[in-house]
Amino acid sequence: MADAAFLALAVITIGSAIAALEMRSLIYGSIALMGTLGGIAGFFFLLDAPFVALFQIAVYVGSIAVLILFTVMLVKRELIFKKIEDKRRKFAGIGLMLVVMMALGAVFLDSGIKTITTDEPATDFKDIGVDFVTYYWPALILMGLLLAGSVTGALVLAKREDVENDQRAN
Amino acid sequence: MTNELIDFTLVSVALLGIGIYGLAVKRNFIRMLFAVEIIINAANLNIVAFGRFLPHTGGQTMALFSIAIAAAEVAVGLSLIIVAYRMYQNVDIADFRSLKG
Repeated sequence: MADAAFLALAVITIGSAIAALEMRSLIYGSIALMGTLGGIAGFFFLLDAPFVALFQIAVYVGSIAVLILFTVMLVKRELIFKKIEDKRRKFAGIGLMLVVMMALGAVFLDSGIKTITTDEPATDFKDIGVDFVTYYWPALILMGLLLAGSVTGALVLAKREDVENDQRAN
Repeated sequence: MTNELIDFTLVSVALLGIGIYGLAVKRNFIRMLFAVEIIINAANLNIVAFGRFLPHTGGQTMALFSIAIAAAEVAVGLSLIIVAYRMYQNVDIADFRSLKG
């Protein structure tokens, strides 16, 4: 059975996920998204994975959520508070959500993973560090290259060519 | 450990459902990115939970890689939002039609 901390985290995570999608203001929505990401970090702590949890807090709550907040601030104010959604699709979307939840939930509840429990000690994060620099080192280097490439690509995409050309003309 | 694998899996399924709802219903580009984030986090939670209960270090390692790649995806996605907003002065994806045949 789940304990109280788990239930509280589940309520926070799922509640703020719904709030992130349904709040009228995009700014409050992105703050609610921070709640979801923080709740997932809490689950990682419960799963004895403090390294992943802190990585999640540093990367998601620390940088991605702030990046999203800044992007929201660059958008016009009318658009931040306007809800853009298909009214016709709303009920279909809720139906789809319930079908996915019930189908997958029924599959998981019916499957054998219900009986899986473990008494093994948690993985030491030192082992993860050793794994990273020994077995997974090519993947680590590739990940660094991918991050560098994506950041460069994002900068190139978001560059304002019109302003630069105006300045040159002046 | 009092929490079982099935609990984490069910939370993950709930988050996946909410993310799919957001992707299906919302037309705001930024909100759709929120939904994608929620789905990615549900997947990460599942990976770490299975890595804990079928004891293996691979679960946490893969979750770390997944988080880093999701960060790259969000950076590119947000810059795409900025470019599209600059071109159309809107974040409604129904307006982004210039590639429609």
